[in-house]
Amino acid sequence: MNWYLRIRKLIQKKFPNNKFLHRYFGLIAFIIVGIISLFIGNHVNEFWQRLIILSAIYVIMAVGYNFSNGVAGQFSLDPNAYAAIGAYVAALLTMSPETKENVFILEPVMKPFDKIQLPFLIATLIGGLAAAFSAFLIGIPSFRVRGDYLAIITFGFGEIINVIANNLVSLTNGALGLKGIPEYTTLAWAIGWAIFSVFFLWHLTNSQVGRILKSIREDEIAAEATGINVFRWKLFAFTLSGFFIGIGGALFAHYLTTISPQVFTFFLTFNLLIIILIGGLGSIVGSAIAAVLFTFAFEILRVFEEGIHIGHINIPPIPGLRMVVFAILLIALMIFRPQGLFGDKEVSIK
Amino acid sequence: MEKIYVDPLDPHYILELDHIWIKFGGLIALKDVTFKVKKGEIFGLIGPNGAGKTTLFNIITGVYRPTSGKVFFDGDDITDLKAYERVWIGISRTFQNIRLFKNLTVLENIMTVFHFKKLQKWGPFFVKFLDIFPYKWWEAGLALPKFFKFEEKLEEYALELLKIVGLEDYWDWKASSLPYGKQRKLEIARALATNPKLLLLDEPAAGMNPQETSELMEFIRKIRDEFNLTIILIEHDMKLVMGVCETIAVLDHGELIALGKPEEIKNNKRVIEAYLGEAI
Ligand SMILES: Nc1ncnc2c1ncn2[C@@H]1O[C@H](COP(=O)(O)OP(=O)(O)OP(=O)(O)O)[C@@H](O)[C@H]1O
Ligand SMILES: [Mg+2]
Repeated sequence: MNWYLRIRKLIQKKFPNNKFLHRYFGLIAFIIVGIISLFIGNHVNEFWQRLIILSAIYVIMAVGYNFSNGVAGQFSLDPNAYAAIGAYVAALLTMSPETKENVFILEPVMKPFDKIQLPFLIATLIGGLAAAFSAFLIGIPSFRVRGDYLAIITFGFGEIINVIANNLVSLTNGALGLKGIPEYTTLAWAIGWAIFSVFFLWHLTNSQVGRILKSIREDEIAAEATGINVFRWKLFAFTLSGFFIGIGGALFAHYLTTISPQVFTFFLTFNLLIIILIGGLGSIVGSAIAAVLFTFAFEILRVFEEGIHIGHINIPPIPGLRMVVFAILLIALMIFRPQGLFGDKEVSIK
Repeated sequence: MEKIYVDPLDPHYILELDHIWIKFGGLIALKDVTFKVKKGEIFGLIGPNGAGKTTLFNIITGVYRPTSGKVFFDGDDITDLKAYERVWIGISRTFQNIRLFKNLTVLENIMTVFHFKKLQKWGPFFVKFLDIFPYKWWEAGLALPKFFKFEEKLEEYALELLKIVGLEDYWDWKASSLPYGKQRKLEIARALATNPKLLLLDEPAAGMNPQETSELMEFIRKIRDEFNLTIILIEHDMKLVMGVCETIAVLDHGELIALGKPEEIKNNKRVIEAYLGEAI
C-alpha cells in the first residue's frame, strides 16, 4: 500500500543499525538515478539526449500535478496554465533586451521586461513562483465552496490563459509566441530539477503534511473532525503543485527555445493526466516513472505514425496511432490495475 | 477571544448547551435544548430515530451552526468556532457511520491526527499542543534531520495509542480491511489521538454482538479513566446506556423530554411514551 513505509521497514530489517540509511535511502536512490541518467545522457546522440531532457521536464510537471490531484485528491484540469505562466515569465526574464526588441514586432514588450535580463536559475524560480501565485489565486474561490467546482473552474482557467497568451501581445507576443529563448535547459539542469522535485514532493507526501492531504482526499468531513483546516491545506497543496508545474514550464521554454500558445493547450494537461493515472494517483515515484515511460513511448510511436520501411516490408503511416495506443493502454490499466502502477488510491468513477 | 461566562458558571461542568434551536428549512430538528454535562461523567443521549441526537453532536462539534442558542465549553462561548478549531480546544468525535481514512493504514490513520497547533487567540491554555507538529513543510520536503526525528516520534506515539486500544497487531493494515468492530475501535482511537477533553461517540455499539458490546462498555470506562475524559454517548442499546452512563438525556422530536440518572429515566412516563412501550 505505502511503498515508502514498506521499503523503509525492509531496510530497517536488513540494516538495523544504520540510521543514516533508514533516513536517507530515498535521497541516495534518487542521486544514483540522477547520476546514471546524466551518464547515459552524455553518451548518446542528441536525439536521445533531448528525449531524456524532455522526460525530465515531464517528470517535474507530472509529480507537481500529482501532488494536488493524487495526494490531496483535488481534481484540477489546468496544469497547462501553470506551465504556460512559468514558461512565459521565465523566458521573458532570460531573453536579452535586444532579442526581445527583435521578437516583439507587433507591440514593444511591456515596461519592466524590456530591460531586465536575469540568470537562468533565478528566472526559473520566479517563473515557478508566478505559477504558484496564480494557483493560489485560483484556489481561494475554488476551495471556499464545497464540492467538485475545482475541475470546472480550473478547466476554464486553462482556456482563459490560452486566450490571454494569444491576446496580451505586449507580454506574450500573441500567436507568434516568443522566439530566440536561450537554450539553457541542459541535461544537468533538467535532471537536477527533476531529482529535486521528486525528492522534495516524495518526502513531503510521506510526511505529516502528506498524511493530512491524503486524509482530506479520503474523507473531508472526518479530516475536519480531527482538527484539519481543510481549506488551508487544499490551498497549500494546490499552490505548491502550481510551483513545480511552473518550474517545469520554465525549463520547457528553455528547451524548446520557441514557445507559443499552442504549446500550452489542454493537450498538455491531457498528457499529464494520462501520466499520473498510469503512475498511480498519490504516488510521486510512480508518476515520475510513468512520465519517463510516456515520453519515450510517445517518441517511439511517432516512428509508426510516419510509416516504416524495413527491407521489403512497408508499414504505411498511421496518423493518430499514438492516441489510440494510449487510450487502449489506459482502458487496460483501469480494468487490471485501477490504482495505477504504484498508486495508493483506487480511481473510481463516483 | 473574550471569556463569556454563563452566570453563574459552575466549574464542574465542561459543556453547556443554552437554548439550542436548529431548523432545516421547515423542519425544526432541535427545539430549545438546554442541558449541562459534568466534567468526567459518561453522559448518555438517547431517543427514537430522527430525534435529533446526531444533529446535536453536529452542533457541539461545529458542523452545524445553531439557528439560535449558544454552546459553552469549559466556560468559553464556542458557538462561533469552526469545526476544526473545536478539535484543537479538546472536542473530538466519532461518526454514526464510521468515517475512517479508508485507503490509509491503521497507523497512518492515527498519525494524521497529531498535527496540532496552538490556537493563538485562546492564549497559553493550549501550549501543550505546541510541540506536536514542530517541523515546517519545507523541512519535510528537504528531509532535514528534524523531520525524521519527529516522524519516528509520531510513529512511537501512534503505536502506543494503538497498544492501548489493542490494535497494535494491525498497524499496517489498510483501515478499510479491518473487521467492523475494529474499525469502530480505530475511530475511537483516532478521536483519542486529538487529546480531547470531551469525547462524543455516536452509536459506538451499532452492529456489535452482545459480547462485543459488553467489551465496549469496559473499554469506554477504561478510556474515560485513563485519559481523564468526559464522554457523551449516543446509543440505542439500552443495556449499554443504562450500564455505563451516569446521566442520561432523552430527546424526542428535537425536544429534551427527560434528564436524569438511569433509574429516573427508566421510570419516566414521557420517556416510556416516546418509546411506545419499547422495553427499556
Ligand atoms: N442537514 C440536514 N438537512 C435537513 N434535515 C436534516 C439534516 N440533518 C438532520 N436532519 C433531520 O433532522 C432530524 C434529526 O436527525 P438526526 O440525524 O439528528 O436524528 P438521530 O436522532 O441521530 O436519529 P438516528 O437514531 O436515526 O441516528 C431528522 O428528521 C433528519 O432528517
Ligand atoms: Mg444519528
